[in-house]
Amino acid sequence: MRRVRRAEGYSTAAWLALILVPLAAMTLCVCLGSVSLSVHDTFETIGCLIRGKPAPEGIAAGIIPIRLPRVLRVTLVGAALSLCGAAMQGLLRNPLADGSTMGVSAGASLGAVISLAFGIAIPGLPLAGTMGMAMLFAFGSLMLILSLAYLLDRSLDTHSIILIGVIFSMFASSLMSLVISFSGDRIHSITFWTMGSLASGGYTEVLVLLGALILPGGVLLRLAPELNSFAVGEENAQGLGVPVRRVKLTVLICVSVLIGVCVSIGGTIAFVGLVTPHIARMIVGPNHRRLLPASLSFGAVFLLLTDLLARTVLNPRELNLGVVTSLVGAVLFVIIFYRTGRGARR
Amino acid sequence: MLTAEHITVRFGAHTAVDDVSFTLEEGHWLMLVGPNGAGKSTLLRALAQACPYAGRFTADGRDVKRMKPSERARALGFLAQQHTQQYAYTVAEIVRLGRYAHRKGFLAPADPDEEKHVARALALTGLGPMARTSVLTLSGGEQQRAFLAQVFAQDPRVLVLDEPVNHLDLQYQQRIFGLVKLWLKRPGRAVLSVVHDLSLARRYGTDILLLDGGRKAAGGPMADFVDGDTLRDVYGLDVEAWMRRLLQPWQPAP
Repeated sequence: MRRVRRAEGYSTAAWLALILVPLAAMTLCVCLGSVSLSVHDTFETIGCLIRGKPAPEGIAAGIIPIRLPRVLRVTLVGAALSLCGAAMQGLLRNPLADGSTMGVSAGASLGAVISLAFGIAIPGLPLAGTMGMAMLFAFGSLMLILSLAYLLDRSLDTHSIILIGVIFSMFASSLMSLVISFSGDRIHSITFWTMGSLASGGYTEVLVLLGALILPGGVLLRLAPELNSFAVGEENAQGLGVPVRRVKLTVLICVSVLIGVCVSIGGTIAFVGLVTPHIARMIVGPNHRRLLPASLSFGAVFLLLTDLLARTVLNPRELNLGVVTSLVGAVLFVIIFYRTGRGARR
Repeated sequence: MLTAEHITVRFGAHTAVDDVSFTLEEGHWLMLVGPNGAGKSTLLRALAQACPYAGRFTADGRDVKRMKPSERARALGFLAQQHTQQYAYTVAEIVRLGRYAHRKGFLAPADPDEEKHVARALALTGLGPMARTSVLTLSGGEQQRAFLAQVFAQDPRVLVLDEPVNHLDLQYQQRIFGLVKLWLKRPGRAVLSVVHDLSLARRYGTDILLLDGGRKAAGGPMADFVDGDTLRDVYGLDVEAWMRRLLQPWQPAP
């Protein structure tokens, strides 16, 4: 068994790097910003916060309680979206698959807005209503998009899925506008949500994100061999003895839960799930035993650095995080799109 | 080892396979032949449980439909015609996937014999030196060999091939068929394959099943197969005369 791990998995050093690099990026992001802190002050203050002692006086005491949860949220959302992208790209054999390109994020947003507009909430759990609806709609959109693509052509061609995803995104956004315009006095809470970003919120969101990353995220990580077989070919997977339907359903449910949670907390952050798995694949190869952990790590680092850029480049003004990821992602999307197009014609 | 009883596959009003039965014994290689649209590949798809069918397949006495996916994979190994690849998996990774159905354990499923089988399959197909090569850079023949190695690593009792050499050059055709023949030498194994080329079918097969319009037109041991009339009916051509004419230019001058 040790030999199996060595054949396809990571060495201890590589695992350590995958954990340490995001930690370093997190430290950097807590320290840097409109007001920069020293690493020493930062750790001292965080140490006091964890032990429940009053923090030493100074700027750090005022800034860290705001910056730390933000950095944690960004880390977890980046990791989660990236993991989803990697899993979907493997399952569908489609290097362009991502929550945003396939319309899943748009569907999740629609669900969240509907829950806000019609006041669907679970008493005692303030986030649960929006989140549950976002997950449900994410799953519904995935099913709808995949069945439409399947009707169009049974091989689930790369381009037809993306085309349908884009059309579905537009459809969902217009439905969202429609719901908002009929939402009456609830419009404020909706507007607040749609403008919301990872910049606001507390530790509750962090805990929810962490839970989502451990449970459905853990399931996805365990499905690495199955995802490998799908990435090679679904028919081949069936011949190898993979329970094809069950695996597919499990992956789609996990992805929907993760995207639902991320969207309901941070809104749509486009292309993260497209960019980072792609970079990870170039470095560690397509094998999901290596690709999935690398995507988690790279996704966290990518979104942390993007967030840092968004809040420092026009200091003191802040850019929207989604704007920056879209700028990077759109360019990369075109590059991958042309590459796969050439490959298909060969 | 493998039997098909009254298999019928319908797509709407069209009957693709019509009441076909056959038996495949240990050590035998059954060639499924017939013109385009005869239902050969559909019959294999039904065996792979990739399309609904009426009738029953049994492998070692057990209904294939009722087997768990992993059990089925240990009984039957499939090799498709073609494998278009999207990602740069290495040959070794492709072959290793073949051991999926042999993994045991719930928390960390693993297969103790994985390395042995992967190494053996790579060696048998001569792919050892290419183990770390990306499948995207392989030629069609090499790719087919990599997937043959995968199904060898899977170590099924019956190998099922769907026109495995359809668009391969002659040297690859010979190589793939030679490898399968070698694989068949071990006890407890059998091969079922769809083949277009009747000469290849006669050269390597021990048994034959001729399909026509979804129905069984003839079948039995290969040695009794020389029935010019049936072939003429099925293909609308005097197959024997045509084969001899094709061979004529290769005869050494007297």
